[in-house]
Amino acid sequence: MSGTKKLALRQRYEYLTRGLDWETTYQPMDKVFPYDSFEGIKIKDWSAWEDPFRLTMDSYWKFQAEKERKLYAVLDSFAQNNGQTTISDGRYANVLKLFLTGISPEEYQAHRGFAFTGRHLRGAGARVAAQMQSLDELRHLQTQVHTISHYNKYFDGIAEWPLMHDRVWYLSVPKSFFDDARSAGPFEFMIAIGFAFEYLLTNLLFVPFMSGAAYNGDMSTVTFGFSAQSDESRHMTLGIEIIKFLLEQHPDNLPIVQKWVDKWFWRGHRLLGIVAMMMDYMLPKKVMSWKEAWDIYFVEAGGALFQDLGRYGLKMPKYADIATAEAEHISHQNWAVFYQYTHAAAFHTWMPDNEHLDWLSEKYPNTFDKYYRPRWEMWAKMEKEGKRFYNPALPQLCQTCQIPMAYTEPGDPTTICFRSTQYKGDTYHFCSDGCKDIFCDEPEKFVQAWLPVHQIFQGNCGGATVPDVLKWYHMNVGADNMDYVGSPDEKLWNEWHAEKLRQAG
Amino acid sequence: MTVQIKTIDLEPKRNTFAHVARRLGADKPASRYQEATLDVQATENFHYKPLWEPEYWHYDTRKTAVVMADWYKPLDPRQFYYSTYNIARANMNQAAEKNFAFVDERGLLTKASAQAQAAIRRGLLPVRHLHWGSNMNMAEMTQRGYGTAVTAPCIFSAGDHLGMAQYVSRIGLLLDGQTGATLDEAKQTWLNDAAWQEIRRLIEDTFVERDWFHLFVAQALGVNGVLLPFMYKKAEAAWTDAAMPIALLTEFMNDWHAEEARWSDSVIKTVAAESDANKALVSEWAKTWIARATAAAKPLSAALLNDDGAAAAAAGAEALKKAASLGLAV
Repeated sequence: MSGTKKLALRQRYEYLTRGLDWETTYQPMDKVFPYDSFEGIKIKDWSAWEDPFRLTMDSYWKFQAEKERKLYAVLDSFAQNNGQTTISDGRYANVLKLFLTGISPEEYQAHRGFAFTGRHLRGAGARVAAQMQSLDELRHLQTQVHTISHYNKYFDGIAEWPLMHDRVWYLSVPKSFFDDARSAGPFEFMIAIGFAFEYLLTNLLFVPFMSGAAYNGDMSTVTFGFSAQSDESRHMTLGIEIIKFLLEQHPDNLPIVQKWVDKWFWRGHRLLGIVAMMMDYMLPKKVMSWKEAWDIYFVEAGGALFQDLGRYGLKMPKYADIATAEAEHISHQNWAVFYQYTHAAAFHTWMPDNEHLDWLSEKYPNTFDKYYRPRWEMWAKMEKEGKRFYNPALPQLCQTCQIPMAYTEPGDPTTICFRSTQYKGDTYHFCSDGCKDIFCDEPEKFVQAWLPVHQIFQGNCGGATVPDVLKWYHMNVGADNMDYVGSPDEKLWNEWHAEKLRQAG
Repeated sequence: MTVQIKTIDLEPKRNTFAHVARRLGADKPASRYQEATLDVQATENFHYKPLWEPEYWHYDTRKTAVVMADWYKPLDPRQFYYSTYNIARANMNQAAEKNFAFVDERGLLTKASAQAQAAIRRGLLPVRHLHWGSNMNMAEMTQRGYGTAVTAPCIFSAGDHLGMAQYVSRIGLLLDGQTGATLDEAKQTWLNDAAWQEIRRLIEDTFVERDWFHLFVAQALGVNGVLLPFMYKKAEAAWTDAAMPIALLTEFMNDWHAEEARWSDSVIKTVAAESDANKALVSEWAKTWIARATAAAKPLSAALLNDDGAAAAAAGAEALKKAASLGLAV
């Protein structure tokens, strides 16, 4: 590479990153990088890696510091001016509860996971990119904590977020998703989180929360969102580079990568069910329906992406058609689960009002009036009669995604979908063919799952009764859980608004 | 007289998160460092053992031989979280940029004697690889360590070492007129020059250390404690008439070193003070790596300064003194 000509920018960047690396001789390379071969991925030439972005550390510090200064100025101003009183409605705070307990801890997991690949991928260019993403993911966790910290001062259900993430039943869904990626090899992690999560599905996860914040007057969270946007763009370019690189390196990589894409698409689809529910039921001011988001960001954008990746032989993820069909149902089925288990959830639930019901009818003309509206109307009637419906039984969970078995058969929304298989003499249960296939491919991994309901029955969650378990969850009963109507959140919100009206005369 | 803008005071229900309040002993306002750090790593009910290391969970206190009742005891005295870290580094970088511009505009390096330039090429530029190896180690501790109090500053330190590797590389680019020729040469020196081989052997040996806190001690007291001060302080005379511009161009490294040591010293001190067993382990590791680093720096010291390794020995002696001041039996 040596020469007498001035370096072009790209060469200069290579000197400042991969040029720092060397082949070790005092210790064997396979001992220095012990984890990058067991997955079967073949890399012929790491030097063919295209740096997805070219940031030296000095530029990184400069750009990120500038963004941080601006973000914290807004957070301070939001707190000083009681921005929490001008969100669209007190119900909106429940979106932030779900976010901080369910999503932010995964930013942290991503931070540690990218540190793993940032140390253990053999290609130095890829390591630098992964390390910057590790730093960014720590940023996202910490700025989210600081953003929502102010809401925690006034709203319930937020204060115990790390403990709840480790213990509460529905939070094992995102936690097991990331534990799965963290316990995978470095290449699977990069496809799972770098490609599937950060590239393919990011517009269905990160963006709906941030757009929801924008529509609902949450200036602090939306400012975080804008501030994180350029980080996310970098993560997307890394995600697409890693999959292309693996596919270009060796034809034997294709079936392995395809299997991972199938797995992580389906796991991602299941995880996104909470976003679907958030968009359709929890945002007081709606951005768009889950079905609309799915059509734009998966069917259209994802379709184009897989057409592009088709030249490497990669196919659309298995069961993509089923997932698209489920987009008509999934938000309603999830909200039904949380409504009936509201006593065990750390955010509030409610039945949609008439205007909201009409919006759902309009957005889901094929399914809502036929399958879901009648149920909501019945439950609303029962509430009025003082017979609010709670489900006192503990649900059966899917062994893979850990979601209660409440999803319906493809093509038959009135029959619950059950699948099962045998492994070493035990029977395992699944919500779908997608989850069953994932299990059957790695049974020795998925039999280990810490299933919250099994754990309760085994006596590992504080005791045998619901109050025992809630105590172990650190659930502040009557404040963190149950319906929004009648909650301390609602009371406080109404007080703020009565005060505003009084002042307005 | 003071100007007082009237604002609406709403009484908060709580001042901070419950886990933070438990650590503070009461529900009182917490700092951003505390809220961003304390207990944020998951601690229980993990789902799957890593395929690549099934003997441990991905977060597992058994990945080091030292034992802490609470890994949130070794806190960061700088109270760095992402924002304060980046702002601190951006400010340091602003000064570094000015220094680079100053040296570049006046041609202070290119006008230096051939002897000084040769010494820099042989003696200073290869340290970029030592920073790169240190970057790998800090990333390893980030992924392998336990508890955000220690692991978050580790990723910051990984970024720092990458940044410093890049500053050193830019010194080479100043010397070679941005062609990269000096950097190619420096890599050959790093790989083949006898004066550098014990240093390279040392850092390669750290790459295979599986005990993450052992690695922490090796990096903090061996590499940062002996090798870097040797390079950036003790070897100054080797740069002869370029000593002043090199001092300017490596100001970042010296400022960084003082600041990083505040953190790593405090971590080592806290961990060693936890128990006699910890103290014995950490002391043993400190002795080993300070001795190795001192021995490894000697050939380079002799080659650059013709001092029979005296500058390296001095750096080693200071590191031992420092280790003793942290409560270690060295």
